[in-house]
Amino acid sequence: MFYNPYIVFFSCNHPSSTFFPLSRLFYRYRDLAPQLVPLDYTGQPDVRLPYELIGSMPELKDNPFRQRIAEVFSEDGEGNMTLDDFLDMFSVLSEMAPRDLKAYYAFKIYDFNNDDFLCKSDLEKTLNKLTRNELTEEEVRMVCDKVIDEADLDNDGRLSLEDFQHMIVRAPDFLSTFHIRI
Amino acid sequence: MAYSVSFNLNPIVDSELGGLGSDDTAQDHLMIQHRTESAPEGGIGSPDTQGIELLVKECKDFLDDQTSDVREQADERGLQNSESVQTRLLVRNRWSATTLKVLSSMPSRSIGWQSRLEKVSRCTVHNSQLSRYRRQTPGSSLSTRPIVHRNEDVSEEETKTKELINNLQKLSTAGRFRILRSTPLSLSEKSELRKLAFSDKVGQSLSSEVPYWRKIKRASRHSFFTILSFFSSLRFGRVQLKRIGGRFGTSVLFYFLFLRTLLFFNIFLSLINGLFLVLPQAIYPPLKNTPSRFSGLELLTGTGFLSDSVMFYGYYTNSTINSCGPAAKVRSEDATPHSACGSASETQMIAYNIPLAYSFSTVIAFFITSIALVYSLSKSFGRSVQVLSSHGNLASKIFCSWDFKVSKKTSVRIQSENISTQLKELLLAVNCKRGNGASRWRLTGIAVYPLAWSACLGSTFFFAFGIHVFAEYLHLNKKPEDSWASEAYLLTLPSVVSCGNLFLPGLFNLLSWFENYRLPSVRLYVAIFRNLLLKVSILGVLCYHWLGKVAVQSEGHGPQCWETIVGQELYRFLLMDFIFTVLYTVFGVFLWRMFSQRVLRRKRKPVFDIAWNVLELIYGQTLTWLGVLFCPLLPTVQIIKLLVLFHLKGNSVLMNCQASKKPWRSSHMSTVFIFLLCIPSFLGATAFVIYTAWTIKPSSGCGPFRNLPVMLHSGEQWAHELTKVNPKLAWLNWVYNNVVENPFFLLLVSLVFLMVSYVHAHVLDGQKRIMTLLQEQIENEGKDMKFLITKLQAIHEGEPPLSQSRSAIRGNEVPNQHDTCGL
Repeated sequence: MFYNPYIVFFSCNHPSSTFFPLSRLFYRYRDLAPQLVPLDYTGQPDVRLPYELIGSMPELKDNPFRQRIAEVFSEDGEGNMTLDDFLDMFSVLSEMAPRDLKAYYAFKIYDFNNDDFLCKSDLEKTLNKLTRNELTEEEVRMVCDKVIDEADLDNDGRLSLEDFQHMIVRAPDFLSTFHIRI
Repeated sequence: MAYSVSFNLNPIVDSELGGLGSDDTAQDHLMIQHRTESAPEGGIGSPDTQGIELLVKECKDFLDDQTSDVREQADERGLQNSESVQTRLLVRNRWSATTLKVLSSMPSRSIGWQSRLEKVSRCTVHNSQLSRYRRQTPGSSLSTRPIVHRNEDVSEEETKTKELINNLQKLSTAGRFRILRSTPLSLSEKSELRKLAFSDKVGQSLSSEVPYWRKIKRASRHSFFTILSFFSSLRFGRVQLKRIGGRFGTSVLFYFLFLRTLLFFNIFLSLINGLFLVLPQAIYPPLKNTPSRFSGLELLTGTGFLSDSVMFYGYYTNSTINSCGPAAKVRSEDATPHSACGSASETQMIAYNIPLAYSFSTVIAFFITSIALVYSLSKSFGRSVQVLSSHGNLASKIFCSWDFKVSKKTSVRIQSENISTQLKELLLAVNCKRGNGASRWRLTGIAVYPLAWSACLGSTFFFAFGIHVFAEYLHLNKKPEDSWASEAYLLTLPSVVSCGNLFLPGLFNLLSWFENYRLPSVRLYVAIFRNLLLKVSILGVLCYHWLGKVAVQSEGHGPQCWETIVGQELYRFLLMDFIFTVLYTVFGVFLWRMFSQRVLRRKRKPVFDIAWNVLELIYGQTLTWLGVLFCPLLPTVQIIKLLVLFHLKGNSVLMNCQASKKPWRSSHMSTVFIFLLCIPSFLGATAFVIYTAWTIKPSSGCGPFRNLPVMLHSGEQWAHELTKVNPKLAWLNWVYNNVVENPFFLLLVSLVFLMVSYVHAHVLDGQKRIMTLLQEQIENEGKDMKFLITKLQAIHEGEPPLSQSRSAIRGNEVPNQHDTCGL
């Protein structure tokens, strides 16, 4: 399928695991640190690019959620990504990933404390990152309360994944906004 | 932890307890002192309570320490006696240990990685999209969380994995890939699962057991993806699109994606026309009657040498081209099929019937375009339809409105400002309860709206009337053809129309600025409506002029080709539109930016007007579709125009414009514009073409349909000829007479179509109702849970408090985990 011999390895192992052509992504990954990433991946080398390199990519550099994105998709949870993690990330953020998959990862990204719920502190942090701390504390609190009122269906005071997905269904723009072009 | 392994408290409960410190609601004292040592007397008698007491004994000291810490740190504001009993009981930090125990043992909150596997295996069993994440549990997470695997859990994990693998192996290869692809596991986990899932196929070649049709399907899919990846790697304008998306976000990007879609439509049209029409006629040109002259203006006006070229309808013969191998000869008029070849080798003849090719290519092109349009409209509509009520505005604004594509620093800042402004406005609206709204409406004055609307409609009407009069005048006062001035004369009407198209929408924008609509979406719809009305009226007047006057009256003026004239007019319109757009983009936008920054002293650059530009694209495409019948190469001209526009507009936008502050609901807007492309634009063009082909007599001096009463009769003629040549095909004649021409058949087809849409609409309606019912059910479940929690609490509150054990254990320090939710 791909004529690049270095990618043949990938096509053997991940032929249909991503929604995206792999060779371009591999070269983008390699361009971040050419001295660390070998051209030949047949030996499955354990190469992990530190978060600083991932966060300096032009697509992510100014995104307020870049740290969370890197943490969610990285194996070690710190933002240091292997090639697999990198491919995963751009695969989910591509145009063709299904809505449910995107909603799942979006939920993970907004869940700052990794407790699998969007509690009030997660909401506050999300809001502050979105608005660059322009809202006052009072306004932040009001917005968070209102969000939980609106979206919390099982009435436990925080948003579970089901609540989040239910809300995503009602927001048809989600598919076009949760998308990074590479 | 110093507790036994069977202790089932999961981190959720930890965080629940831990979140107590950050909750605003107060707690006076916790009910932890209620122990279930006296539980059976409480009267519940249910198996739950009896099972709980054993567990609670093990965890009471843990909870004690937690609650004591919390009590030390909690605020004392909030709930007091004034609150209702139920609300007091529902405050989570007042829940007793047993309540918490019951809650944490609920099946929907059980922990572990195996529950994610359970979910995946369940979805392979059900194999449906909806149930996939239904039971997504809170405990399942990516390996970003360190998971403590206890001994029992490891074996449970293995069994779950085995179950999943078994389920996967029951599916087909394609099904396995599909399920694996859409599950939220990381790539390494997916590849491990894949190896396990395909372990049954190791050693066997995958192709041996696969039936041939599946192999064909797989091979075609393979080649399709190869081609797709090849094209996506040199995807047209990818770099430009990325830069624009990074700077402006989804809104402006929509214009360029729309342009690209139109480009693909035109490429398809020109391929069909080119292959089946232009190429054969170009290879075997008919005998020319008049010598042609060349001057530069011909490219603009379409007259002169262009009028006798493959460009226009008049060039095409009305007979069959016969080629016999290498020596091809063509007779232009009244050629019989058997006379062209010298010797009698009729078997080598390739007969190509031009009129038939003309009508078939037009019909097929329009048919396939309509299918593609309806498909894209339905897909876009399906994506944009807002299921259920839209009262979740705030939540979706927070989670779904951040455009991840935006990568330029200033645009990110603008986006943040947009979102905070919208949130502030929403909060204001909620707080002030529309007290401001009415006064704001009154401030602008009710009188402005009718004035502005009458001005817009009046200007549209007068412009259309003016075009009508001017066209009549030009038609009646034709100058002699050979002068240079007459060529330029032909360009006046298109120029006037293009000027009107440029300046009148500016007037509409000015008027709507005076009107000052409150909601930006209303303003957008009003602008689109006015613009659309202008273009529809212009095109309507022009079509009436062409079909009503030019087509009918040209017979009296000598041998002329009215189709070629109409084709030339459309070509001129398209070209003038192109030239004016280029001039506006290059000079107008740049000058306006200079003007607004230097003279008006505005700090911000102008904003790209998406609606106006998209409507311009739709207008150009309508002209192309109108002209395909008369000018087969018009789609090629449109392709060149779109390519130039893409790069020009892209550079102009990057240089001169800035991201807009207004929100843009991209999926909704894309549905609206594709709908506008379908209904007024494509449907209007199809109606025009059908009216022309069915009613108007083709000119007798030129073109492939010259001797027919109407253009559609070419099909009938062909059917007749076929039956003459080959009597076995008489059924074709019968089919043509009784099916195609018979109105009853068309009625039947439209009835069937209506019935199918009716059934679909009802199915959709039923599904919506089911969704409403399910939502009500979810809310009822929430109410049920509240009810049960209050009952549990009420029962435990009725028990006498225990003080001894609590104080004895208070000294133990347990690692504090209650900061998880508080940070």
